[in-house]
Formats: sequence, structure tokens, C-alpha cells
Amino acid sequence: MNELLMPAITLLFSVVMIGAAFVSILVKQVSIAMLAAGLVSLLASVLFLFFAAPDVAMTEAAIGSGLTTFLFFFVLGRVRGDQRD
Amino acid sequence: MVEVLIAITALLAGMAFLMALGRFIKGPSTFDRVIAFDVLTVVSITFIVLSALIEERGIYLDIALVYALLSFLGVIAIARYLEGRF
Amino acid sequence: MTPFFDFFGGLLLVAGASFLFLGGLGILRMPDLFNRIQAGAKTTTLGSILILAGAAFLHPEWGFKLLLIGLFLLFTNPLSSQVLARAAHRVGIEKTSKTTVDMLAKDLGDKP
Repeated sequence: MNELLMPAITLLFSVVMIGAAFVSILVKQVSIAMLAAGLVSLLASVLFLFFAAPDVAMTEAAIGSGLTTFLFFFVLGRVRGDQRD
Repeated sequence: MVEVLIAITALLAGMAFLMALGRFIKGPSTFDRVIAFDVLTVVSITFIVLSALIEERGIYLDIALVYALLSFLGVIAIARYLEGRF
Repeated sequence: MTPFFDFFGGLLLVAGASFLFLGGLGILRMPDLFNRIQAGAKTTTLGSILILAGAAFLHPEWGFKLLLIGLFLLFTNPLSSQVLARAAHRVGIEKTSKTTVDMLAKDLGDKP
């Protein structure tokens, strides 16, 4: 039963990751696109973990999901001071 | 016995994942998507702990530790951006 | 002793996952942003801490690391949800029509 469990979760995460990547490149608003990119990075980190690479998963979690989202919104808030969505 | 309980746990957490994802797709404002993203992060921490239980490797918990430390940083940055206070 | 611990840890796992399920249901079905933040933050905090406790019952040698994860979640999850709700209140997201009291607006001296 459990040997069927991990492929099911992997399939779910992969499909959601592809969908989030399409949302990230197709949507108009910048904040939603960046949130979808953070979702792609989160799911990629969990998938790296499922494929037995904990070091790559830790790097992806720290850089991709934590630091990139923070840095992008920080710079976006600094650059565009007048218009928001 | 424990395997059945772990499978039930993964099923319920997967349904929570799908419902939070529905709010992420549907949400009218960006705040709804941010709170859905937060719930998705916590559910992903749950999946990491479950995979550590299934594979029986304690090193997997370090990634959950990184997520528990860093997930609030992005949410606070998004909240301050949407508030307009950078 | 050990089979009882395993069974109890599994029950804690299922209890935490049912709290996560209720959190997902609340975040999908609640009528308002603030209700959704409430449902999404509290239930996921309790559910994840119950799941970490269940994992600590199943593998007692991971106890310190699981305790550390639970402590960080207990600190950071209410913090992020509170900052998000305050930002939404400042921006002026509309509340649902069943709202009866708004303490933050009263404290700020705005309209009631």
C-alpha cells in the first residue's frame, strides 16, 4: 500500500507543479506570477526530497522558496512606488 | 497497522492540499492566494515528515526545519509589499 | 509497550491530518478573507504540531529535531498570519455582511 502511496503523491505534485509554472508565465499580475513561481519552487524542493536528494532539496528550499520570493517582493516594492495591483 | 494510518494521513493531507490549491486558483484578491500559499507550505512540511516516516531517514527532517524557519519571511515580505510600506 | 506507542503515534498522525483537512475546508468555504486567514492559520498550526508529535511517538530518536520544528512553527505561523491580516485591514479588504465587531478599526479611530 505504501509503495503505491509515494508515486501517487509524486504524480500529484508534478501535475500541480506544471500547472503552477503555466500560471506563472501566463498571468497578467506580477504578484500572482511571483507567488506561482514560489509554488513551483516549493513543489520542486519536495520532489527533490522524494527522489532521495536531501542536499539539493535543502538548497532549493533556502534559495528558491525563501530568498527569491523575499528578494523579488522587496525589490518590486522599492522600484515601483506609485502603482500596485 | 501503522502503514494504514500513515496512508489515511497522506490521503487527508492530500485533500487539504487540493482544497488550498482551489483557493489559490479561485481567490479574488492576492491576500487569498498568499494565505493559500501559507497553508500549502504547512501541508508540504507535513508531506516531508510523512516521507521521512515512510523512508525511515531522519536526515529528511532538516528540510522541514528550513521550511519552518523560512516560510514566514516570504509571507511577511509579501504583506509589506501589498501594504505599500517598503 | 512499543506497539502501543506505534498505535498511539498513528492515531496522533490521523488527528493532525484531520485538522489539516478541516483547515483546507475552511480556507475553501469561508465567506471572507479574515475568516479564511483564521481558518487557515489556527488549524494548520495545531494539525502540524499533532503530526510532529505523532512522528515523535513513532520514532523517539528524532525527538529533538521534531521539537525544534514544532517550536519554529509555533513561533512563525501566527506571526505571518497576523501580519497578513493587519496588511489586509490596512488596505481595506471588504468584510462580509455578518461582521458585527471590528476592534482594530475602533482602536485606530476609523469608521466603526
